[in-house]
Amino acid sequence: MENVKCECGHVNPHGTIFCEACGKPVQNEETQGDKEKKQLLDMRYEGSARRSQTYNKTIVDKIWNFFSSVKVGIWIIVVLLVASALGTIYPQELYIPPAMDPADFYEEEYGITGRLYYQLGFHNLYGSWWYMILIAMLGISLIICSIDRVVPLYKALKKQGVTRHENFLKRQRVYGKSGVENVDNDFETVKEKLRKKRYSVREENGNILAEKGRFSRWGPYVNHCGLIIFLIGAMLRFVPGMYVDEVIWIREGETASLPGTNGKYYLESEKFIVEVYEKGKEKEVFDEALDIAGSGMVVKNFQTDVKLYERVDEIIPGVEPELKEVKTHQIQVNKPLKHDHYAVYQVDYKLNEFSTMSFNMVDKETNQEFGSITINLRDPQEKYDLGNGYSIELASYFPDFFFNDEGEPSTKTRVPNNPAFVFKMFAPDKPEGEISFVAIQQNIEPMGDNKYKMAFSGVDMKNVSGLTVRRDFTLWILAVGGAIFMIGVIQGSYWHHRRIWIQRKNNEVIVAGHTNKNWFGLKNEIRYVLADTGIAEPIDQVDAKNKENKEG
Amino acid sequence: MNKKKRRLVIRTIILSLLAAALVYTLYINFFTSKEKVAVGDMAPDFVVTDLDGKEHHLSEYRGEKGIFLNFWGTWCEPCKREFPYIDTYYQDYKDQGVEVIAINVGEPKFSVNNFIEQYNLSFPVTIDKGNQLLNAYGIDPLPTTLLIDKDGKVVKIITGEMTSKMVREYMELIKP
Repeated sequence: MENVKCECGHVNPHGTIFCEACGKPVQNEETQGDKEKKQLLDMRYEGSARRSQTYNKTIVDKIWNFFSSVKVGIWIIVVLLVASALGTIYPQELYIPPAMDPADFYEEEYGITGRLYYQLGFHNLYGSWWYMILIAMLGISLIICSIDRVVPLYKALKKQGVTRHENFLKRQRVYGKSGVENVDNDFETVKEKLRKKRYSVREENGNILAEKGRFSRWGPYVNHCGLIIFLIGAMLRFVPGMYVDEVIWIREGETASLPGTNGKYYLESEKFIVEVYEKGKEKEVFDEALDIAGSGMVVKNFQTDVKLYERVDEIIPGVEPELKEVKTHQIQVNKPLKHDHYAVYQVDYKLNEFSTMSFNMVDKETNQEFGSITINLRDPQEKYDLGNGYSIELASYFPDFFFNDEGEPSTKTRVPNNPAFVFKMFAPDKPEGEISFVAIQQNIEPMGDNKYKMAFSGVDMKNVSGLTVRRDFTLWILAVGGAIFMIGVIQGSYWHHRRIWIQRKNNEVIVAGHTNKNWFGLKNEIRYVLADTGIAEPIDQVDAKNKENKEG
Repeated sequence: MNKKKRRLVIRTIILSLLAAALVYTLYINFFTSKEKVAVGDMAPDFVVTDLDGKEHHLSEYRGEKGIFLNFWGTWCEPCKREFPYIDTYYQDYKDQGVEVIAINVGEPKFSVNNFIEQYNLSFPVTIDKGNQLLNAYGIDPLPTTLLIDKDGKVVKIITGEMTSKMVREYMELIKP
């Protein structure tokens, strides 16, 4: 771990590829083969000693060095990509039938591979512990790789000397050496032209270092900062209170507590509508398109008209809330109701849910009517009086009627999808009452022949809106992270770090150039700068070599 | 400070910060329940009026009674099966400081009344209008039962059906 002293007097840390000050390659020239000698210098990170590579002592250093390796970073990315790809083979848990237990679903549907898929957590990939750990490792790798490179790079660029060792210059890609008669004059012209091209020019013992766009070198690190901020934002979603995502189903006319708002807000649905583009109602030119897209009908709008209320009394669940209207809004797809950082989105709907049903009490023989009742399916009454001694008693109510395993009428859910009733009909001549079982298209008289019946006379339906309640305090962090990410990309892409060294030894002038990209641009600028001087244009050693290979 | 030592300290600090972030994320995802109310939390206060007109204010039971809080629906088969057990042990434990409150998930009063009659239930039943309690407790499957001790703390959450033996054990558990 000894430091290496260069012949120029500068002391370089162990692991340096070429001297930080004069650029003389540190490796022993004699031990290099002929081939290597001719090779161009590896200019990455300015040949600085990446500290991670230089020592390996404690466990902390070992962990650090593991994450500092770009190779490791790439492997993490590859593993993540493969895992993500595998996760698309079978549907994610979110998309399987909700009634099924995922543990059974994958095995039944896809056999042994399905079971493995489930057991390894591929069914909920983004939520599986190992996927999270991989993402975290990628983040750690990103941070450590960046720290380990940006610090030495920054130092090396800051420390770089103007006068460089000839071996350094010789091993630059753009390099040329020529004899010049009027060196002083030519150098003045060159400096002026360099400044015109916005180079910052430094001089030392008559040698020139012109540099511009060093700023571009920080692009990747700025980009990584953005990525890390983005990851932090994603992580914060798991912190309680940062992220709310709830579903609410609400009927027309209903007022319900808005989930996710801790009982603070209530929502009332006034109505839900679906509007369509219909063939014949739009301009003729759209007819064909409407036919192709949706057999003559395409949805134009899903909309829930709502009123938002705030609870103004102390929030104790169960207590009748005291509500104050906050605002009305027409919620459309992508036009949510927004208030107090919450947003309520239109996501689903159900048309024509039964709301009330009406029946007439009728004498079966004479068809005489004795009055009608309307039953609110969400709140049926026990007794309905028709007057004149006629009345109806509701004995049983099955909102979602079916016959259960024992063959008894029962209800599947609390939603009035298929309402059925057991009525007891009272009349002056039937004081004991007659029992009748009424369901849709069914009228059963379990006690034998009745004199009266309940004749279905009408139904009222209501639409139901499916809405989601969102609040996301991480959005701005994600936006900031994304913006910084883009700034980094732009910084690295649209600026070029270019350096031109011009050195003289008596009447010999050496010109060398380096850039991190766009060599053509660099050469063009050098050509412009050297025009009208006696200094010969340097050659591109890579181009020359390629040419040589082709010809040879 | 020596250069190498400083480097070690910096590395240790950075690595521990990263590790802490990772551990926190994993912990919150896999070792805390995503339910609104978790075991060990204070049960959110509520006031309900049962179908006999009696008001139950949770915080007023504090220090006196353990609460057996059951969420149910008339269509829910497991609820139907466990109710007789709850009713039986309610009779045994109501004088020992255990209160049962059965919260129906907002069905018509008619259906609930009918159900109580049919199963001859004696414990207090109330209807959660507007999903207030359901939201506050974040109840998902039915039945869900929360055991709240006399200090108002949730000691256990049972999702799904309970056997006769379980009901007895749980009432014993929250007996003050």
